[in-house]
Amino acid sequence: MLNYAVKRLGLAVAIVSLAMFLLFCMIYLVPGDPASVALGPRATDAMKEALRIKMGLDQPIWVQFWHFFTGAWTGDLGEEVLSGRPVLDVVLEQLPFTLVLIAGGISWSVALGIPLGCWAAINRGSFADRLVGVLSVAVIAVPSFVIAIYALLIFAVTLQWLPAIGAGEPGDPGDQLVHLILPSLAVGLGWVGYIARMVRASMLEVLEASHIRTARAFGLPENMITYRYALTIAILPTITLLGVGIGQMLSSAVFAEIVFARPGVGKLVYDAILTRNFPVVTGAVLVTTVIFVLLNLVADLIVGALDPRVRSSF
Amino acid sequence: MSTLAISGLNVVFSTEDGPLHALKDVTFDVPERRIVGIVGESGCGKSTLINAILGLLADNGTISGGEVLFEGRDDLTQFTPRQMRDLRGPRISTVFQDPMGALNPVLSVGRQMINIQYRSDQSKEQKAARAIEMLKLVRIPDADSALERYPHQFSGGMKQRIAIAMALMMEPALLIADEPTTALDATLEVTTIELLKDLQEKIGCSVMFISHHLGVIAELCDDVVVMYAGEVVERGPVREVFQHPSHPYTRRLLECDPARQTERTRILPTIPGEIPDLRARPRGCVFAARCLDRHEGCDTPQPDIVVAPGHAARCNLAGQTAREGAGA
Repeated sequence: MLNYAVKRLGLAVAIVSLAMFLLFCMIYLVPGDPASVALGPRATDAMKEALRIKMGLDQPIWVQFWHFFTGAWTGDLGEEVLSGRPVLDVVLEQLPFTLVLIAGGISWSVALGIPLGCWAAINRGSFADRLVGVLSVAVIAVPSFVIAIYALLIFAVTLQWLPAIGAGEPGDPGDQLVHLILPSLAVGLGWVGYIARMVRASMLEVLEASHIRTARAFGLPENMITYRYALTIAILPTITLLGVGIGQMLSSAVFAEIVFARPGVGKLVYDAILTRNFPVVTGAVLVTTVIFVLLNLVADLIVGALDPRVRSSF
Repeated sequence: MSTLAISGLNVVFSTEDGPLHALKDVTFDVPERRIVGIVGESGCGKSTLINAILGLLADNGTISGGEVLFEGRDDLTQFTPRQMRDLRGPRISTVFQDPMGALNPVLSVGRQMINIQYRSDQSKEQKAARAIEMLKLVRIPDADSALERYPHQFSGGMKQRIAIAMALMMEPALLIADEPTTALDATLEVTTIELLKDLQEKIGCSVMFISHHLGVIAELCDDVVVMYAGEVVERGPVREVFQHPSHPYTRRLLECDPARQTERTRILPTIPGEIPDLRARPRGCVFAARCLDRHEGCDTPQPDIVVAPGHAARCNLAGQTAREGAGA
């Protein structure tokens, strides 16, 4: 297991490095001079030149890349243009809000998607199965920002059951949780559909397996067969899928944060783009990438922990 | 008293192309403490027979007639799914063909062996001790630590022995072994069969042993039931049936056994033709289309003719040609 974890960690480092390289190329290829953008139209040439030297833009490109690369690995993502604060601090300040939002989205999708998928698989071909199928496709097809806007309009504006904007009072978990319900639903609802379909498909496959026939031949109760014998296997591809899905949830989070005016990395990036605060944009994107890779790693480790075959093959 | 007495069992599957008559008037006994072999080619209804006995027929399958008398009193065809479930495991247990897939891959062997004892109110330690005792009985090396391990950490032969240990752990009255050695190589086949016979004597259960390996049937079984296209075409004591086969299909099957070839040949004998479409069964003999002795008497439903005590064949010629055909 340790061996497996180390290998996967090495792979994660390689992926993050590659992401850094691509990100650097993107910054480099964006037209315009970062120094002019940072200083505004009234800056003199001398001021621009001084900032360019300070930002290292006079160096050859590979030196610039090396500085960016080593800086990023040591947590130095540059400084925010306006206030001069380290970008990492700015991003990390917003990160918890987004992570909580994603966690909320995952909770919705798992709490609804897995039981629905199981239920549909057990009652295969029934009206319930078809209903779950249709609803799954429907929620997958609706973009998360549409869900966000309608959730806001229905539950916050019309019914006034839940608060509309913000993340809740700092230090009041109950209030924060209430503020989390709608945005996390907007992030996670589409994934309820994905997970329901995935769990249904893999449950149907596993229920056909000969070890399930053996379990039945030993007269084990259907509940034990479904949840302990079949679901523990059927859940594995779903966990991997969820790891990948976190990437999509991170982009849904941008919309949810804007619609519900919540703090978070998505809102941060959105504001930074509007104010041309490029170091914050790159820093936030890089941190998001690392989070994505780490959460995928966690998903793989969970699969490894649940599946002895995966564990021993590494 | 017979452990299992099947009489006139019929099973029909509803398919898109109409009803499929998978088992027709199946009648045979599994006497107490005897091993009964079921032999027949693929698609002859062996698996349907097992599933019908176990109450595990697919949703589109129904028992349309007959009875399955278990231990002389209970007709299993009348049992509710719940009653059947309580019977499976403690009273009737099964070993399936594919040892690779028969055990759950993500649960440890110990967990699975403890789970199947869920009805007993013994402590977890007692259940684990019972599991270890069974693993020792089937000669799993290092049985004490085997409970912690997962199925993929065992070889195919060991997995099949674990499956046998699981099946016999509850000391059932009837063990159904569905081609338990087909997936194993020849050496393992022999040891597994010896083990099975050993344990059967120790536990004193009856065994229904499904195989298409005639040599294994001859070696292991007391009685044999020959199935063809969902019908029992011949049944009787192994020695009697193999020496005096009374149904043309049994004779052809025995001729096709490679072990019976006395001369070197490049082409092994086969039975030309195919099993009839079970959605449109012939009115008469089900084997007629492939039979060399076919005549007008074969176009009507065939009687079960008793040719010797306990030996019957579903062929109108059974009494007459049986002894002539013995040498074939």
